[in-house]
Amino acid sequence: MVTNITNLGRSGLSDWLLQRASAIVLALYSLFLVGYLLLNPGLDYATWSGLFAQTWMRIFSLLAFVSLAAHAWVGLWTVTTDYLKPTGIRVATQFIIILAIFVFLVWGIQVLWGA
Amino acid sequence: MSNMRSLTFDAIIIGGGGSGMRAALELAKSGKKTAVLTKVFPTRSHTVSAQGGITCAIASSDPDDDWRWHMYDTVKGGDYITDQEAAEYMCSEGPKAVFELEHMGLPFSRFDNGRIYQRPFGGQSKNFGEGGQAARTCAAADRTGHALLHTLYQNNLKNNTTFLNEWYAIDLVKNANGDVVGCIAMDIESGEVVHIKSKATVLATGGSGRIYASTTNALINTGDGIGMALRAGFPMQDMEMWQFHPTGIYGAGTLVTEGCRGEGGYLINKDGERFMERYAPNAKDLAGRDVVARSMVMEILEGRGCGEKGDHVYLKLDHLGEEVLSKRLPGIVELSKTFAHADPVKEPIPVVPTCHYMMGGVPTNVHGQAIMQDEQGNDRIVNGLFAVGEAACVSVHGANRLGGNSLLDLVVFGRAAGMFIESALNEGVDYLEASQDDIDAAMQRINRWNESSDGESVPELKRALQEIMQSDFGVFREEENMQKGVQQLAELRERIANAYLPDKSNAFNTARVEALELDNLMEVAEATAIAALDRKESRGAHSRYDYPDRDDANWLKHSMYFPLEKRLGQRDVNFAPKSVDMFEPKVRTY
Amino acid sequence: MSMLQVSLYRYNPETDTAPYMEEFQIDTQGRDIMVLDVLHMAKERDSSLAFRRSCREGVCGSDGMNMNGKNGLACITPLSEVVKKGKLTLRPLPGLPVIRDLVVDMGLFYKQYERIQPYLQNDTPAPAIERLQSPEDRDKLDGLYECILCACCSTSCPSFWWNPEKFVGPAGLLQAYRFLADSRDEATRERLAELEDPFSVFRCRGIMNCVAVCPKGLNPTRAIGKIREMLLANAT
Repeated sequence: MVTNITNLGRSGLSDWLLQRASAIVLALYSLFLVGYLLLNPGLDYATWSGLFAQTWMRIFSLLAFVSLAAHAWVGLWTVTTDYLKPTGIRVATQFIIILAIFVFLVWGIQVLWGA
Repeated sequence: MSNMRSLTFDAIIIGGGGSGMRAALELAKSGKKTAVLTKVFPTRSHTVSAQGGITCAIASSDPDDDWRWHMYDTVKGGDYITDQEAAEYMCSEGPKAVFELEHMGLPFSRFDNGRIYQRPFGGQSKNFGEGGQAARTCAAADRTGHALLHTLYQNNLKNNTTFLNEWYAIDLVKNANGDVVGCIAMDIESGEVVHIKSKATVLATGGSGRIYASTTNALINTGDGIGMALRAGFPMQDMEMWQFHPTGIYGAGTLVTEGCRGEGGYLINKDGERFMERYAPNAKDLAGRDVVARSMVMEILEGRGCGEKGDHVYLKLDHLGEEVLSKRLPGIVELSKTFAHADPVKEPIPVVPTCHYMMGGVPTNVHGQAIMQDEQGNDRIVNGLFAVGEAACVSVHGANRLGGNSLLDLVVFGRAAGMFIESALNEGVDYLEASQDDIDAAMQRINRWNESSDGESVPELKRALQEIMQSDFGVFREEENMQKGVQQLAELRERIANAYLPDKSNAFNTARVEALELDNLMEVAEATAIAALDRKESRGAHSRYDYPDRDDANWLKHSMYFPLEKRLGQRDVNFAPKSVDMFEPKVRTY
Repeated sequence: MSMLQVSLYRYNPETDTAPYMEEFQIDTQGRDIMVLDVLHMAKERDSSLAFRRSCREGVCGSDGMNMNGKNGLACITPLSEVVKKGKLTLRPLPGLPVIRDLVVDMGLFYKQYERIQPYLQNDTPAPAIERLQSPEDRDKLDGLYECILCACCSTSCPSFWWNPEKFVGPAGLLQAYRFLADSRDEATRERLAELEDPFSVFRCRGIMNCVAVCPKGLNPTRAIGKIREMLLANAT
């Protein structure tokens, strides 16, 4: 057993499962948005913001954002552990990635529920 | 070299093949300070190439099978110079050793009832030759040696055996009393030469098929243990007895298991005739290996060989069908495609008798203790020296080994030696330490190579040696050729003594290893040649045109080759099994 | 005369500060010999050339090396299979430290093999005969136990190159599954617990170089998939 403390689920299995589950959510969300855009060719701001005013859409979007955050972290964490061998650089990069993901997530929530 | 490092062990096992690792496992479990010293990583040892199986009366294919029948076959197969006490020990202890292997995880093939799969092999019978063909060879497809060797390595890992991997033993160290108290060895990776002190030194160095130009043996089979023991002055037993396996792939020498014939394959000549029916009407293609090999050579000599030059025969397997071949003989299909460019599912494999196994070796008792003779010709134990496996001549194979008996030999006698050494160490062993002179004596050879400045090259001399052995000491032998061969070998020894090692570097110097191996090949070849010349009869694998018959009056004996005088003596065969009546020598037919 | 242009990776730690490629012209007399035969011919010319070899029939796993860019066993690779435009380039297995010429230090590879406890574990007292196993259960070991530890797979695996200390690698994982799949083994739970971290198994990204190079035609990727299935079944 290789010990590590910086990956998301502390277990490779949970990371692996999360990666796949989040991928499904992201795929569904993307399909939904593409379908919506195709079915509404003359889309205007009112319709678009109307869609996001509905609670179910806000929850669905939040789920997609959280999935994206998890998916990105698992993926980028893997990349950093593959290619960044000096510990200092690796940890610093991981910190920056976490910070960015956190900012984007908070920003997303703010967009959904703010104003 | 006074600053030479030394390592101390209770027991050092030289060789990491089946017998060495089985002995090591026993000793590792006992907690004795043991190391396996091996010139290749253990799973690269030649045991890995064994295909067909391990013969043993575990009563799986036939619930009535009896180890005594196996013993009878073994004694008859060895043309009656098999030591019957040793054969009794191997055949009766065998089931225990095989079940142990299974318990360790060896992935044997299975019958529908879940028991170990057994297949027929050559020379096997039920009811002391009266009950027809037996199926007694336990198999893991056609990769039994591989499965066995990996299982043993894995269990040695489990028991924390110390391995000195890629170390090469150079020579034995004897003390002033002539006891063996260790060896000189080289760490191949660094080139460092080390003095290894040990209360028990086990030669598990395998065979030496590389004395012949054409052999099924791995490139590493250079008789290192035999060479070391001969240089230390110890005698060798039955060195004239070399098995030529009937089915080596023509041109490549790669082995094709006897299991092919066990599964129903047979040999044909250029007319498509199943010629073994003429030579061995009962057992046919499953007669003893020596019988089949001779029959093949007769066919070739009488002009019925196959191919453009008429110098081989065919092994026919296509009638067995693709399913049997892929299930029972998958490795053979692979080897044949690679080395014979023949797909056995569709066409026969070109085969020719090829040097395969050394029945002779260091004479030992069933505990693996090496034996020498005193001046009156009585057996005397060599203190501190043991031998197991192909390097030993215990002798369960006599003048001809049965297929599947070598893997059994490895595990039974590896185990026996391990157990004996453990109890001997418990009782306390105390030998005189080696003096600086004793160590210097063992260093002579490597020093000679390291100081060489000019002379013939190693590959050239090796080729010369192999050609002499191939042409004068093959399947059929004859006085005049052998005399010429012995003479040529004597000259070759002089040339090797002046040969040149150009590369004197230290790190992973394989040229140095090959030079040291050449000395060993020379020792083995000369012992073989002199023993073959002097055994004036035909018995088992030793077949002479000039003495075509077995001569029990003079030669129902082991030969003993004494290296210091280069003289051939004799040693009595053991006819005293403990729990059964001995088997009287009979005319050997199949 | 049919000359083969052979380019050999050379490095002797005692005399060379850096590795270099050495060119040999080898006369194959037009025969389709094995790469190992070519190496023997080169060694006759320059005895200082170092490479490992033993069985010369593809079962001992000594002579794994990189031949014209692809890992394989020199002894069972005929020239017709690898030579391109009359040229053969031989390098040591990638990703492991070179000891000398084509000889690599396989320590890391063996360490990963040992880590998976490659031996049967069964604490139930053994019967007087063998443990029974149905042919169907035994069939599950086919394609697994045949591994010869040549390291062709692990040293062609980028995940193993990047994390040789942490990722077990295809060879080790194939053996891990060999024991997980054995009906006689009782340590399934303990074995799985050792493998569930993010590196040991999960660093496999399904690149499948291992499958492409295995000289015995084995499929480590499939075995890794089976281990993942077992982990999932065990933990959910």
